[in-house]
Amino acid sequence: MDSLQASFDEKIANEQRIEPKDWMPDAFRKTVLRQMSQHAHSEVIGMQPEGNWITRAPTLHRKVILLAKIQDEGGHGLYLYSAAETLGTSREEMVQALHDGKAKYASIFNYPALTWADIGMIGWLVDGAAIVNQVSLQRTSYGPYSRAMIRICKEESFHQRQGYEATMVLARGSAEQKAMAQDALDRWWWPALMMFGPHDTDSAHTGQSMKWKLKRESNDVLRQRFVDQTVPQAEFIGLKIPDPELRWNEDRGSYDFGPIDWDEFMRVIAGDGPCNRQRLAHHVRAQQDGQWVRDAMHAYETKRQAREVA
Amino acid sequence: MKQQSLPLFEIFIRSKRGLDHRHVGSLHAEDHEQALEYARDVYLRRSEGVSIWVVRSSDITASQESDVASFYDPMDDKPYRHATHYKLPKEVDNM
Ligand SMILES: [Fe+2]
Ligand SMILES: [Fe+2]
Ligand SMILES: [Fe+2]
Repeated sequence: MDSLQASFDEKIANEQRIEPKDWMPDAFRKTVLRQMSQHAHSEVIGMQPEGNWITRAPTLHRKVILLAKIQDEGGHGLYLYSAAETLGTSREEMVQALHDGKAKYASIFNYPALTWADIGMIGWLVDGAAIVNQVSLQRTSYGPYSRAMIRICKEESFHQRQGYEATMVLARGSAEQKAMAQDALDRWWWPALMMFGPHDTDSAHTGQSMKWKLKRESNDVLRQRFVDQTVPQAEFIGLKIPDPELRWNEDRGSYDFGPIDWDEFMRVIAGDGPCNRQRLAHHVRAQQDGQWVRDAMHAYETKRQAREVA
Repeated sequence: MKQQSLPLFEIFIRSKRGLDHRHVGSLHAEDHEQALEYARDVYLRRSEGVSIWVVRSSDITASQESDVASFYDPMDDKPYRHATHYKLPKEVDNM
């Protein structure tokens, strides 16, 4: 047992990835599984706020872009569920845990997409924040998770660019369009900063996850990187970040920003965001509505096999 | 003497932790166990890998080269799936 632990520690120390058949401590297995399942659910639940706008996209071009992006997110969910399945859990168990409220997903997806400008904002800010996190996770110590992240990052750049470009069109449009873009930024900015999780001093999991190299950079480091890259992008299209305390700090070479409303964050995580119930109910309904398709496919396959034997 | 043909196995090697298994070739063997040993002898004589997968070739279903057009065609007219489709001014182009 000790030699197993020692060989695990040595792999981590030497920047080796842990692969599915390797021995790993139970706590490591549980942590990486929780993280992958949470990430997978986020990709899938995240399709809902955007899906809300497919039929109402302003042009056919925007509509096919949105469809393609949402299709990618479904694929990302699949990559991550399969990575989680390498640890012996099943898709059904993970989905059940989601429906039972035992498994979480990113709390940002509990906010509604109220106007078309929200679609641009989601791509620019939400995918932008996800990319910062996911680029860092490409070096996570669990092999299948790392490989899923590498695959996902290749597809994400399009998501952020289409969002920024759509926002840019609005910001350079009529006064109403610009106001709509600003309103969307006002509503999405803080939830986007919350995506990186609690401050390092308050984060329950960060220490151990960093030791295991599951997490490579802390919440605050990643959040700062996101702020530093996003503020100039907002300035460039003449939108104002809704933070009176935001200013460039010459000494740090970074932007200082105001306090995050962690009460809101905890409230939304605990289930009391604007759309928590709706998101889960929709997922349950989609699962039930699709049952007849799975049944039909299974019946067909059973018949086909019987015919093959005969 | 009766010519006996052993089943064919496809061999996949993970050259290093963290990387995908990659197809390196195939060989004949009596069963999976033997295929693993042969694969070690054939493909890993110089520690080229840390893990081997063997899969019976007959268990692989492959797309056909001749199907390729209809299989992949729908992708050709979707340039908006690529990041390069979105032209951004150079000041903000590094996203
Ligand atoms: Fe994604
Ligand atoms: Fe994501
Ligand atoms: Fe995305």
